[in-house]
Amino acid sequence: MNIPKIPLGEWIESFEDWLTDHAGPIFDVITSVIGSLVEGIETVLVSVPAIILIVLLTALAYWAGKWKIALFALVGLLLIDNLGLWEPSMQSLALVLTAALLSIVAGVPIGIMCARKDAVRNIVTPVLDFMQTMPAFVYLLPAVTFFSLGAVPGVIASIIFAIPPTIRLTNLGIRQVPSELIEAADAFGSTPAQKLYKLQLPLAMPTIMAGINQTIMLSLSMVVISSMIGAQGVGALVYRAVTQVKLGVGFEAGLAIVIMAILLDRLTQNAFKK
Amino acid sequence: MSIIEVSQLTKIFGHEPIRARQLLNEGWSKEKIMKETNMSVGVNQASFCIEKGEIFVIMGLSGSGKSTLVRMINRLIEPTAGEILFNGKDIVRMNAEELRQLRRKNIGMVFQKFALFPHRNVLGNVEFGLEIQGIDKKTRTELARNALKLVGLEGWENSFPDQLSGGMQQRVGLARGLANDPDILLMDEAFSALDPLIRKDMQHELLLLQAKMKKTIIFITHDLDEALRIGDRIALMKDGAIVQIGTPEEILIQPANKYVERFVEDVDLSKVLTAAHVMIKPETVTPERGPRVALQLMRDNRVSTLYVTDKEHNLLGLITADEASQAVKENKSIEDVMQKPIPWASPDTILSELFEMMAEAKFPVAVVDERGKLRGIIIKGAVLSALAGNAVPEGGAAI
Repeated sequence: MNIPKIPLGEWIESFEDWLTDHAGPIFDVITSVIGSLVEGIETVLVSVPAIILIVLLTALAYWAGKWKIALFALVGLLLIDNLGLWEPSMQSLALVLTAALLSIVAGVPIGIMCARKDAVRNIVTPVLDFMQTMPAFVYLLPAVTFFSLGAVPGVIASIIFAIPPTIRLTNLGIRQVPSELIEAADAFGSTPAQKLYKLQLPLAMPTIMAGINQTIMLSLSMVVISSMIGAQGVGALVYRAVTQVKLGVGFEAGLAIVIMAILLDRLTQNAFKK
Repeated sequence: MSIIEVSQLTKIFGHEPIRARQLLNEGWSKEKIMKETNMSVGVNQASFCIEKGEIFVIMGLSGSGKSTLVRMINRLIEPTAGEILFNGKDIVRMNAEELRQLRRKNIGMVFQKFALFPHRNVLGNVEFGLEIQGIDKKTRTELARNALKLVGLEGWENSFPDQLSGGMQQRVGLARGLANDPDILLMDEAFSALDPLIRKDMQHELLLLQAKMKKTIIFITHDLDEALRIGDRIALMKDGAIVQIGTPEEILIQPANKYVERFVEDVDLSKVLTAAHVMIKPETVTPERGPRVALQLMRDNRVSTLYVTDKEHNLLGLITADEASQAVKENKSIEDVMQKPIPWASPDTILSELFEMMAEAKFPVAVVDERGKLRGIIIKGAVLSALAGNAVPEGGAAI
């Protein structure tokens, strides 16, 4: 068999070079926007005294759901503070919140477009499959090339990994609105925008919220991987502990991630039910 | 002018609708087109007019194209060909904005499965059509409340649809359809999802509402009883085509073809025909003519009873031959010997409600209108003949 190897890798690399050469300014803009977003959120989270934030989050948990979640928030966050992991945790949280926020801002409209036009969905779906199955490490590389090291490529990588559920479930939620209700809205003379805001989005909201919840969880799961390209936070501590075989440090940092994950999950789930 | 004039309205579902339409014009049947081209004829060249203020029922079995037909009137389904004139303007040619205005202002709709918005309360549902027109909150709340009052749902404004029974949900649907005061109300199998007793109530209430509102209502149903009960005129559909249009009596008594005949053969005519349909002309006498004339009239007409009325045909009573001859012997007047009161019914009493009265009465039941005038009498033979599907020979509108 003498079929020469298809130079797929070379093609990708030359495409990467071409992008670096020609789209540099665009990447710079994106870098500065995302960078300042992460920094802004991080500054707020870190500069507020830990105890005040803990009280606020506990109150939020109580408002969003049950006293059990509030108790968990109080104990869990105090534990993080006690372990001396407060600042790295807030750094990671800033990264997660930025990634989630941008995923929602981009993902919901894309999901709406998918629901409206089958053609859009048919293009977007395989792209999403690709994004979710391609190992995250692979797109860390171009992220670094385009956005250098630090939090910004971490956010980009998190978005790529975490945005699919929001898009998919927004699409699904809107498509699941019963056709007779769409017909009724049409029969009374709704414009497409009225139909979207008064009928489709309100009815799709629980499904969209499930997608957003998934997106937040997935972006949290990226904190360790992001730390490999220089993002600060508890993820970096875990990564260092792994490379230095320090089980104790690794466990403590890992526990902080678990506490944040459970808290974010319960908070988002319950807040959306309200 | 008719409020709606539909001509040659056709809907083909499939990939080459224009070609299928040509085949229809060439006389191909729905089955042949389906078999040869895999396209489905939803509605086949339907033409009809609807008059302002009437309840026009489109009836047919499922798959006969009635729902498709009604959805083409507000273009929830785009027609393949034909025209629909609304007050002379062709709905088929309207652009998106004109169509939107038509749907907002002129045509309301009520759906089979209610299609209420589950995330809005009753008031929010009824307000919907007004809200999307940009009517301010205060006005639309007032209009919505009025509509709810009309359907008897005052006090339920803040309930959610899933808290209401089926009948109440459809009242909300009806209120929503009426809230913006449309000229035309499309009702697509509006009562079919309700259980029979509730359905009858709703039919009754629709008729009461209609007496007040005088809307033009296009009502879709597969239920012949329902069609006969509420329809001013009925269009019967089969395989996408209209096979007969007429008043309920015309459809029952003169079915246009075998299909209609088979469709209506199981109808209980006694629940459809009224006293006015079967009454015949009575022999009458006025009291001042005296018992001798009465006897003579009985002899001439070979009857044994006469109905006594005044000169304005107000029913006074009934006199038999025995009573007349007794009056002659004893030198009394007709008024002295006649029987009164006598059994009577109003012209719109349905036959099934007359049976008991007829069984008990010794003489034919008199038909008296709301002003007290004698309109006719009902003899058993005419009733039996009508129930057997024959037209009453003498007709009703005597006197």
